[in-house]
Amino acid sequence: MTRSPSQPGSPDAAPLLQVRDLGVAFATPHGTVQAVASVSLDLRAGECLAVVGESGSGKTQLLLACLGLLAANGRASGSVRFGDRELLGASEEQLNTVRGTGIALLSQDPLSSLTPHLRIETLLTEGLLDRRLATRDEARQRALRALEDVGMPDPAARLRQYPHELSGGMRQRVALAAAMMCGPRLLFADEPTTALDVSVQARVLELLAGVRDRGLGVLIITHDLGVVAGLADRVAVMYAGRVVETAATAQLFKAPRHPYTAALLAAVPRLDDDAQSRLVGIPGDPPLASVRTAGCDFAPRCNYATATCLASRPELRGPQGGTAAVACHRPLGAPVPVEEA
Amino acid sequence: MADPALAPAPVQGLWSDAWQRLRRSRAAVVAASLLLLVIVLAIAGPWLSQYTVEQVDWSQATLATSPSLANGHWFGTDANGRDLFVRVWIGTRMSLLVALLATLVSVVIGVAWGATAGYLGGRVDDWMMRFVDVLYALPYMFFVIILTVVFGRSLVLIFLAIGAVGWLTMARIVRGQALALRQREFVEAAIALGLPPATIIARHIVPNVLGTVIVYATLTVPQVILFESFLSFLGLGVQEPLTSLGRLVAEGALEMESSPWLLLVPSAVLATVLLCLNFLGDGLRDALDPRQRT
Repeated sequence: MTRSPSQPGSPDAAPLLQVRDLGVAFATPHGTVQAVASVSLDLRAGECLAVVGESGSGKTQLLLACLGLLAANGRASGSVRFGDRELLGASEEQLNTVRGTGIALLSQDPLSSLTPHLRIETLLTEGLLDRRLATRDEARQRALRALEDVGMPDPAARLRQYPHELSGGMRQRVALAAAMMCGPRLLFADEPTTALDVSVQARVLELLAGVRDRGLGVLIITHDLGVVAGLADRVAVMYAGRVVETAATAQLFKAPRHPYTAALLAAVPRLDDDAQSRLVGIPGDPPLASVRTAGCDFAPRCNYATATCLASRPELRGPQGGTAAVACHRPLGAPVPVEEA
Repeated sequence: MADPALAPAPVQGLWSDAWQRLRRSRAAVVAASLLLLVIVLAIAGPWLSQYTVEQVDWSQATLATSPSLANGHWFGTDANGRDLFVRVWIGTRMSLLVALLATLVSVVIGVAWGATAGYLGGRVDDWMMRFVDVLYALPYMFFVIILTVVFGRSLVLIFLAIGAVGWLTMARIVRGQALALRQREFVEAAIALGLPPATIIARHIVPNVLGTVIVYATLTVPQVILFESFLSFLGLGVQEPLTSLGRLVAEGALEMESSPWLLLVPSAVLATVLLCLNFLGDGLRDALDPRQRT
């Protein structure tokens, strides 16, 4: 077992969210584009899983597919189970009993995710009122409490305000409060800090940690490894629509096994670096989603690639019962022996 | 006006913001005031006169007397000796009523139809908009004439007929806006919250298009008034002894050389109403334009 000591949640408990062999394909005029391929993930209550990848790696589509929010030309395959319910292929009515109440979504840009002409009170309470889960007074009380939970000053006054009267950080807190109103068990956060400045980012991450500590499962999508280090218990690294490595956060930072993960970590600028040192990038570009090869997607950019890497795609492998796995023919280091080469 | 720099920043909604902008536009304020005056006169005007709309004044030397303050016929009388002051305001009342109700009909149908088509998109959108295209292709004048001939002439039918034609453009405008709004993140957030489509359309889409709708509606009202005038001019609109501005203009045109006031007075009122509505519509468009919002 290579689980870090900070890992909460029992490994034996049934996962809240079980993603198996998820694929997302888009039909375009230029043929089918496979945005996500054979992704499997587990998320337990009280656990925070970060999905990391660069733009276009399919991480947002993965999350939208779970909630049935793909664009009209998108098609998801595989299985997404929330508790004992299958979400893929469920009707809109069935999905609406999970959205908000079971799984809540916190989206990237708080400036545009709050409907501009509605008061904060309406935005917070509509999920409850629309389902008749609370009377107007109860809903208002819960909205006040939700705003207090996210550390909003003077919540009673905020209820009467409109989104454009609040700052970006406040709006993201309102969005988080709105997401928590219907008591979800799982929170999807799609790059929740990207649009915010650094001081506000830290506050939002603290709040997300608080959400996890209250026993919710948190799935956070980000390209910011700093976010991952501070918040996530486990990390799944995505490249070109596939998970290439998954590991406990501490282990991933200490000993990345996939060359792509290592390159990502090396690309993060460090404060203790010599000021004259150059930023390290990853040479080449990610492959186009419409062009998929037989080999490892990262092979063309990989320093360690061999003929095998170009010819056959490595499976995501890890020891039985463990959480760490890597999809690479030639993983770096050897903290976890690959069962079969 | 207080110095805006000294006043504390008021808590402002989008609508009160738009209202402030509208008040700063002089043309819109003048137009709105004039329009209000016309509406008040259309409601109260007939009671100010000692005559009624049907009453023939036999006491005058000629049936069509010119405007005079002395005999109480402030706008003169028509060829049948009826007081024009009363008839003009009754006509204005009728024209405004037709315009308001027909516009209301077209706004309600147009917004509901357009927002639904735009939000749902895909095949539903295709079918709903093809239906609109088909109705567009029908010559609407012909359509209204057939309606009035088949169902007889009634006021309600005129409201419905004009409204039924007027909603098509409204539906197209709203559908275009809803199509764009559907892609916005707040709509995705609402879906992710598990709200059903009807709620999302009603609460998150429609209020966002209301600015455009209000502006377009103020521009529809003059069109409807003109259309009603045209129908009345053809003899398909409002029936005697009731009248409308269109009818009065049509009758006045017959007596243009002998009694010019019969044409001039209703034309002036009609022109004033149309101008005011257009100016008000322009002012509203500027006030509600989100790109100009400070």
